[in-house]
Amino acid sequence: MAIPGTESHPLRVAIVGSGPGGFYAAEALLESGLQVEIDLIERLPVPYGLVRFGVAPDHAKLKSVTAVFARIAEDPRLRFFGNVEVGHDLSVQQLGALYHAVVVATGAAGDRRLGIAGEHLPGVHAAGDFVGWYNGRPECADLEFDLDQEVAVVIGQGNVAIDVCRILASPIDALRRTDIAAHALDALARSRVREIHLVGRRGPVQAKFTPKELRELGALPGWQPRVTPDALQLNVASQTELTLPGFVHAARNLDILRGFAQSPADDGRRPLHLHFHRAPVALSGEPRVERIELEAQALSGDAGAQSATPTGERLSLPAGLVLRSVGYRGTPLPGLPFDLVRGALPHRDGRLVDTAGKVLCGWYATGWIKRGPSGVIGTNRADSVDTVATLLADVAALDAVKAGRAGLCALLAAGGQRVVDFTGWKVIERAEIERGRRDGKPAEKFVRIDDMLAAATA
Amino acid sequence: MTHVVTDNCRGCRYTDCVASCPVACFHVNEVRVYINPEVCIDCSACIPACPVGAIVEEFDLPDDQQHWMRINAEAAQRYPVIRARLAPLDSAEARRRQLGR
Ligand SMILES: Cc1cc2nc3c(=O)[nH]c(=O)nc-3n(C[C@H](O)[C@H](O)[C@H](O)COP(=O)(O)OP(=O)(O)OC[C@H]3O[C@@H](n4cnc5c(N)ncnc54)[C@H](O)[C@@H]3O)c2cc1C
Ligand code: SF4
Ligand code: SF4
Repeated sequence: MAIPGTESHPLRVAIVGSGPGGFYAAEALLESGLQVEIDLIERLPVPYGLVRFGVAPDHAKLKSVTAVFARIAEDPRLRFFGNVEVGHDLSVQQLGALYHAVVVATGAAGDRRLGIAGEHLPGVHAAGDFVGWYNGRPECADLEFDLDQEVAVVIGQGNVAIDVCRILASPIDALRRTDIAAHALDALARSRVREIHLVGRRGPVQAKFTPKELRELGALPGWQPRVTPDALQLNVASQTELTLPGFVHAARNLDILRGFAQSPADDGRRPLHLHFHRAPVALSGEPRVERIELEAQALSGDAGAQSATPTGERLSLPAGLVLRSVGYRGTPLPGLPFDLVRGALPHRDGRLVDTAGKVLCGWYATGWIKRGPSGVIGTNRADSVDTVATLLADVAALDAVKAGRAGLCALLAAGGQRVVDFTGWKVIERAEIERGRRDGKPAEKFVRIDDMLAAATA
Repeated sequence: MTHVVTDNCRGCRYTDCVASCPVACFHVNEVRVYINPEVCIDCSACIPACPVGAIVEEFDLPDDQQHWMRINAEAAQRYPVIRARLAPLDSAEARRRQLGR
């Protein structure tokens, strides 16, 4: 048999997951110069992963990246299989038997816990659930967040934590012009939150915010970001870090924070307190969360590798609503190895490896399920280009007779699986835009899978 | 708002930035790259990717560097889009040292 990638013997690849990682892997394969047949398999009837369900609704310009994905999807060599979950509707083994190669791009949407007392209390939530709720993610549509509370505490030092603060503090009329889910808009319109604390264990130099997001906190009408000058004192290692390549955003973040620190203590606007060097140690209240206990942290170690250790000093804050954003993790796929510590797939240069480090021939990973939850949308493009380069280097070894798309279609048809193709998604999207138009929103998303499926056939 | 490529890019043209751009809005000539402000979605993915710190968010562009806005916009009309990484120019390492990076 010949090496796959020719007219009569195309390279058949399945990509699991239609977020940025999956789409950019598809793009790289389509541009490889080989004859390819690519099937993009997505659990939900709708594509785009966290671009739809993570990126904040008020960041419309960023979300416009979906136009690039739609262009990739329109290539006739690619087919979108929406509403098909690997590990549920078909197994990893079945998939492996059908394709020369499988690229896993399932993301990392599971949350990490703090592991502290009181975390189970009502009123304590994963920030990811709150994000999913305001973005209309089906699993989160029925969640409830008590916005009658006056004090919200957000734990985390990345852009997700800032997104959550900003959505809590945004003027409701600004949100009305976004594609935020209607149920969230209603609840936020009645919100009584008037004080927000953003809490993190590390210092301003180590925080993972980008300057753009941090600046946006300073532009929220009626809210005043507050940070104490003490919190911005840097130890020697942190000063060194300001010049290290891994800390490109730190100096500008610090400038912005110094600006916040300079404004008068209380100018009558609602306070948005930024706490650095504070780790949550306990949550308490009965029957729901009422207070959060924080412990001061000191940084020590070499520049670039500092760690936070408790000093013993404690601080207690009222907390009616607690949202934790301390990391995401991937979900294992039955039949594939998993690295429980990283919460991601074990790999070498993008090739999946088992616990003994042996390569699983024909299996690859890209995006958050490969790297863990770090990096912005574009980071996944460079990552997928790398993974696909690895795959293409292996092509000669992947030779076999594979049924590919025809086999997948037969298997799904035999199981009675309802598949949404890209045309079906376009119909859903048009219906969402139409629903939004009535209220002056760019779109009103369907939040139930049944409604998505009904719209696809309407 | 947009992002702009400033003078540091000239003569090295590491194209690490290009691979990270989600919307392929970089344009290239013999010596450097430019960002098309009409296409850039302000995701900042390219900033940490550039080894010589050539890319700046419009907001952070100092007053004496404002001309880079116009230069990027005009060059983007003139030069072709670049979608994938190229080999750095021969002068790249020397230029990087000159810039103290
Ligand atoms: C709250 C939040 C806000 C963010 N905001 C920004 C931002 O403003 N700007 C920015 O650049 N980046 C942002 N990011 C980061 C960006 O979203 C990620 O870098 C990117 O989405 C990761 O891409 P991915 O393809 O690896 O995963 P995902 O986007 O999560 O895509 C994974 C896809 O796989 C599907 N899937 C999962 N399991 C299966 C299965 N078993 N079978 C079939 N399909 C499956 C999922 O449904 C999903 O569609 C944000 C992230 C979060 C969490
Ligand atoms: S990475 Fe930096 S130096 Fe290289 S091409 Fe991009 S902007 Fe220019
Ligand atoms: S900010 Fe984002 S969209 Fe703009 S040039 Fe950089 S990578 Fe491309």
